Amino acid sequence: MRNPRTIACLLALGALALAPAFLSAYELSLLGRFLALSILALGLTMTWGRTGILSLGQGLFFGLGGYFLAMHLKLMRLGAGEIPDFMEWSGLDHLPWWWKPFYSGGFSLVTIVLIPAFLAGALAWLVFRRRVGGVYFAIITQALALAFSTLLISQQRYTGGFNGLTDFGDVFGFTLGDSGVQLGLYWVTLGLLALGFAFSTWLLDTHFGKLLCAIRDGENRVRFLGYDPVPYKVAIFALAALFAAVAGALFTLHVGVISPAMVGVVPSIEMIIWVAVGGRESLAGAVLGTLAVNLGKDWVSSAMPELWLFAMGLLFFVVVTIFPRGLGGLFEGWLSPSGEGLLARVGIGAEPVAQLGGPQLDGNGTVEMMEKSEV
Amino acid sequence: MGEYALLAGQLFNGVSVASILLLAALGLALSFGLMRVINMAHGEMLMVGGYLSFLTYRFAPARLGFVLALIVAFVGAAAFGALLELVLIRRLYGRPLDTLLATWGVSLALQQAARSIFGAIGVEVTAPKWLSGSFTVKSGAMAGFNLPYVRLFIIALAVAVLSGTWLLIQRTRLGLYVRAVHQDREMAQALGVNTGWVDLAVFALGTGVAGLAGSVLAFIAPVTPTVGQSYIVYAFLVVILGGLGNLLGTLLAAAVVGLFSAGAQIFTSVSFADVLLLMFVIAFIQFRPSGIFAARGRALEEA
Repeated sequence: MRNPRTIACLLALGALALAPAFLSAYELSLLGRFLALSILALGLTMTWGRTGILSLGQGLFFGLGGYFLAMHLKLMRLGAGEIPDFMEWSGLDHLPWWWKPFYSGGFSLVTIVLIPAFLAGALAWLVFRRRVGGVYFAIITQALALAFSTLLISQQRYTGGFNGLTDFGDVFGFTLGDSGVQLGLYWVTLGLLALGFAFSTWLLDTHFGKLLCAIRDGENRVRFLGYDPVPYKVAIFALAALFAAVAGALFTLHVGVISPAMVGVVPSIEMIIWVAVGGRESLAGAVLGTLAVNLGKDWVSSAMPELWLFAMGLLFFVVVTIFPRGLGGLFEGWLSPSGEGLLARVGIGAEPVAQLGGPQLDGNGTVEMMEKSEV
Repeated sequence: MGEYALLAGQLFNGVSVASILLLAALGLALSFGLMRVINMAHGEMLMVGGYLSFLTYRFAPARLGFVLALIVAFVGAAAFGALLELVLIRRLYGRPLDTLLATWGVSLALQQAARSIFGAIGVEVTAPKWLSGSFTVKSGAMAGFNLPYVRLFIIALAVAVLSGTWLLIQRTRLGLYVRAVHQDREMAQALGVNTGWVDLAVFALGTGVAGLAGSVLAFIAPVTPTVGQSYIVYAFLVVILGGLGNLLGTLLAAAVVGLFSAGAQIFTSVSFADVLLLMFVIAFIQFRPSGIFAARGRALEEA
């Protein structure tokens, strides 16, 4: 426990725990929102940063979590025999059968936790078992996000269409607008984030976590050593989807609305930039990056809305080409126990950028040559 | 309109969508086969082509404008692509996922730039008179079947571009280099092929073709800042289905995707057609993970 990283993380947790005492209600709600998003970012760090699986469709799982909870909250507002307002407007006279189970809070929670993870696992298994990966997987997940958001928009009678679901009832007996409930929600979010962070840290340190890195750096070599990478990739992708769904549900609670605009192609790729800015390999970086980018977005898009897309484009460009280790790289560097990190911080003895790439890890290319020879 | 006419109309629609997809995906497939990178800003090359032809129509005389617009769109988008390759993609060689993200950044910036310059609503281009009519079947079982000349022209253009590219790759020296680099980059390099130059040429050619697609697309629908986004995801699916850098595969895949969505739209809505298409793609890679025509090689791929 003497590890400076652990101490820094505990200090950060303490600071966040004390935050409600210093922030206004609005600022607190903003912070809570961003902390919820950080949970999703943890999942991306594990899949993209550690395992090398880039998902451009994380909005799908985020959205599923958000919509499942929103369906429950929508139903909680209704008296017996009533149906949600948007269904009435679009001419439905009874609740579709698949909405009915969401009357139960327990069922809704279970679906949030299980369904996105199961879907993600199934997709990953179907794709990875045929050794399709890399950019193919990224594109397929992006197409998924696109299909999901167009489906949500077009099925207005069942999903609320472009406006999404809003105007919620009580959450397990608590009224959402209540300031005490908002504070409680902040605590729950922070608690879940801390839990997710601790679990991820532990997981990445296990044998399983080391294999993830090995898969990223040389999947074929992992195969030659007798491991089947597929179950590992499936498991980590499903876990990331679970994190995304929990984040989506929490986010929906904080904001009070979930809509297709939060789950489509562009929001999904925005999630990548949080992690990229934070440093793709670092869990602390994921949280830092999410907070930094979203604070920046909040600030830029309220001051000069047209600049946000430029800023995001530039961020992608800069982070990927010049600054691939992101904020987390700095964080890990400062706190590196050996002190080498201080040198790395100013660029002395820093790892070459190319090492972050996939197959070219060996620099001199010898291993690549070997792998290219006949098998 | 009879049932046959509806079916035939939808079939024709599918073919014309497939032609646009082919033009959009051709460059993607070529550069993906050659360099293993996906250019997320490829869709914005359509947009650039569209806006460039809009500008050409404004400033050039009407009669000349049509041909001139095609040329300007091609050259402009190709120049843009060359710049992108030199400034960005070349620096990220061997890091395909990073290339994807960095080019996505470029795509966002281009979209916003278009929005700032031309406005969010989009600009209209009117097709020349001889293209604006349509061929209609008046009587018989196919009564009401309607073939707009613009769509016929797009199909013809796609055929011409595809044949041109095929000739270029099969019959010219540059094409020989392209095939060599495609087969084995290190070996081609060792034998004196300037691979950097080949990459640049193919990339610029591909973005130029996308610019052409954008130029003719402007006749069908207004050019908007997001016109690229609406086609690019399908173009990617075409690349996945078609296999790495294979022209015939790209052609077949574009036909499959175009006809599939047009066909599915007869029975269900556009949004369900999207979902079905995606499920089809995922099912397809269960059988042929590296596309319709897989590149044969003994190398262990880590793509």
